[in-house]
Amino acid sequence: MPELLITLLTIGVVVGAIPGVCNYLILLERKLSAWMQDRIGPNRVGPMGLFQPLADGVKLLLKEDVIPPHVDKVLYVMAPALSVFTALMAFAVVPFGPVNDDTVPSFIRFIIAPNIDIGILFVFAIGSLGVYGIVLGGWASNNKYSALGALRASAQVVSYEIPLGMSVLGLALMSGTLNLESLMQQQVAGGFMNWNIWFQPLAALMFFTASLAEANRLPFDLAECEQELIGGWHTEYSALKWALFFLGEYTHMITISFLTSILFLGGWHLPFIAEATSAYPGLWLVKLLILSGKAFSFICLMIMLRWTIPRFRFDQLMELAWKVMIPLSLANLVMVMFCMHFEFSRWWLFVGSLALFAAWGTISANLREAELSARPGYVKRKKVAVADHDHGHAHGAHH
Amino acid sequence: MSETKTKPKKTVTWVEEPQLGFWESTFVPAIMKGLKTTLKHVTDRNTVTQQYPEQKPDLPLHYRGVHRLNRDEKDRVKCVACMMCATACPANCISIEAQAAPPEWPDRDKFPKSFVLDELRCIYCGMCEEACPVDAIELTHIYDLTGETREALMFDREKLLSVYDQTKDNPRDPVRTRRGILGPAAEFSSLPTLGPATGVPAADRSAKNPTAGVIQGNQESHS
Repeated sequence: MPELLITLLTIGVVVGAIPGVCNYLILLERKLSAWMQDRIGPNRVGPMGLFQPLADGVKLLLKEDVIPPHVDKVLYVMAPALSVFTALMAFAVVPFGPVNDDTVPSFIRFIIAPNIDIGILFVFAIGSLGVYGIVLGGWASNNKYSALGALRASAQVVSYEIPLGMSVLGLALMSGTLNLESLMQQQVAGGFMNWNIWFQPLAALMFFTASLAEANRLPFDLAECEQELIGGWHTEYSALKWALFFLGEYTHMITISFLTSILFLGGWHLPFIAEATSAYPGLWLVKLLILSGKAFSFICLMIMLRWTIPRFRFDQLMELAWKVMIPLSLANLVMVMFCMHFEFSRWWLFVGSLALFAAWGTISANLREAELSARPGYVKRKKVAVADHDHGHAHGAHH
Repeated sequence: MSETKTKPKKTVTWVEEPQLGFWESTFVPAIMKGLKTTLKHVTDRNTVTQQYPEQKPDLPLHYRGVHRLNRDEKDRVKCVACMMCATACPANCISIEAQAAPPEWPDRDKFPKSFVLDELRCIYCGMCEEACPVDAIELTHIYDLTGETREALMFDREKLLSVYDQTKDNPRDPVRTRRGILGPAAEFSSLPTLGPATGVPAADRSAKNPTAGVIQGNQESHS
């Protein structure tokens, strides 16, 4: 019975907290983008605009909820609900604080559904259902722009599911589990040099990129891109239904950030401050803060990326998935299998990842040249100054 | 293949995209560079925006806002109801009803009995101001014009005079009239030629004009 109560309490807290957090993430996004563009950002409601999310929430609640006459009503209403539902469901198995920890007060638990052995699989399965919200929304809107957005979203998500799953398969092979808590525990037990990012840096990069695409975040927000498709799949949506779509997107972002921190950055582990052996009062709170801090910095990175780099063209998007990330993640998986089978040191994986990265760069640079040279009237070009400059810059960063 | 042999005249300059090297193909340094730029802007907190209602913008002196009807030194409306502004107005937003001036006003024949200017219809081109022979109508710096009904923005004579009372002491809206002298449009015996907006070659005859505009040779010698 207390177990049930604790579960209900956790669900209540998570479901209550996520919309609030999402609201403030939107404020953070608006503020960060404003600072990047030498603006101030929302600053009218409350000190420094801190109550802006409340005002936005009230506005979205009270706004007229338009259901256009030409839509498929059932699907139109269902789509935003589905989008939020799947995003929240995926969060159920993600630990957002220290789990299996005796120091945590017994009535607090930092995961809704503990000890799910198919952890990552569940997140992917439910997360990929999230695209149904988009597809149904776009389809039900009965509008060309929405339909285009929905089509793009489905093609994109189908393509990026593969590298997303495959980049984590290597991790699953290495750790022998899909359970997120044990994945975290294993990294914590091994200390800083056992964080998965050391053995799977390329997989981490691909996982992060693919999950950006999964969440329809820029530079992969082809499904809603305002400049060509108005709003894409949510063109016809307004008021609370539109807000629910955003809630889904931001919840997805939170889930991704927690997943990346747990899978690759050692969860709540931080050298000297929160080791497996350290013990001091309030440690669980510190652990919670560390894990949330890691997730928060990933969210900040996503926001920065959104306002930094331009959107991919659709063919470039598909090229990145099918020509680059899928072969690379496959090669990465084979590399892990090889290392595991012949019981090489795990550090070979680090070297191998760098080698794969280098191979990828070389191949794609030469492929592009080969492709161009097949064009009629091709003249071999010199490298321009921009490229030289970039090269020098990167070289400097390398040292 | 035969089409490639007959080369068309070279009228278009094709610019080839730069060749991408190893690092460009991986995207990573370019993204890092972009992040560096945006991060720099986040941290330097050098805002360029103005906080509008608290901080009013410094408009250029030739800004054209809401109209006013000037008063002369005896506080009478300066307008003589000559209809020049209403005629010049491309938006047709001025309607004047003239009346014979009372005998105690010996300096004019008429004055406006009603003068209605539709501020919503006006395109703020300033042609009324240029047309006015007595500098009675002028455009001010007031730009934040609001009203609750369309009728409220049909400015009549009294309203336009009150705009004058409101703005006459503002240094940005000086009263440009000199009593007894006609307006600036009357001062030209011939209109000066305007310099061309585009550049002229230095060897061209027009480059020796006093108002030649941009002379191309000068620029090239600098670079």
